[in-house]
Amino acid sequence: MTLALYRIDDRLIHGQVVVGWGQPLNCSFIVLVDDEVSSSDWEQDLYRMGVPPQIEVIFASVEHAAAQFPTWEADARVGILLVGDVDTAVALATRVPQVKRFNVGGVHHRTGRKERLRFVYLTDEEAGKLRQLAAGGVEVTAQDVPTARAVPIGEFT
Amino acid sequence: MSELRGVIVSHAAIAQALVAAVKAITGIEDALTPVSNEGCGTEALGQRLREAVGEGPAVLFVDLPGGSCFTSSARYAKQGGAEIAVVTGVNLAMLLDFVFHRDIAPAEAARRAVDAGAKAIRVTA
Repeated sequence: MTLALYRIDDRLIHGQVVVGWGQPLNCSFIVLVDDEVSSSDWEQDLYRMGVPPQIEVIFASVEHAAAQFPTWEADARVGILLVGDVDTAVALATRVPQVKRFNVGGVHHRTGRKERLRFVYLTDEEAGKLRQLAAGGVEVTAQDVPTARAVPIGEFT
Repeated sequence: MSELRGVIVSHAAIAQALVAAVKAITGIEDALTPVSNEGCGTEALGQRLREAVGEGPAVLFVDLPGGSCFTSSARYAKQGGAEIAVVTGVNLAMLLDFVFHRDIAPAEAARRAVDAGAKAIRVTA
């Protein structure tokens, strides 16, 4: 198997990811790509607490993730890759052409963002970056949980 | 010492339901504030916590030991300035004990809540 889900979610590791997606995918490892979290032991402890012991959690900066990506792709287990924002997704996809899809799972309200879906709020700039990502060959859909419909990018940007 | 406030932080409407249950059983309605993570990113949930805790002191009762409710609560407890303790695995039994014992420090109230909550979890014959 390989990385089965590439997800943009500003809550990073939480119930929807660990249980909602992790259970049906039979996920064995989570790669959390975030420059800030990867440099903070305290933040890492916090996120690790939400994950059952049988699931490995790997913290990586964008640079480290780009270097390690082939290892994760070749892993015999099923993994989930998480980023917290559109910029990190773009940075990763730019460095790693093998990243061919992103699931927008939760980007929430903040000043300057407009509601696109119940669980997706984006600035016009962020929406533009996602469209650009899609134009470059990355399949971008929005879907909070596996039982929901994967909304194509054209419907929410 | 000012009386502790309890803030219940949960997915969906668990927090509201627990507050209603405590009120139904004890008649006490001013000790607990419900906060839901519904529709919240980290920033919005932090804001809801700030409003609920006020100047504190407070105990945050979180539903799960991980996830957005927990990470936001732990982060707020660390950075928020007020005197705060965080307890996970909230249940009705711990809240019923808490509302009658609010003249103690948050850390002590948190330990007490864990004891009361754990005692209520058992297999009956």
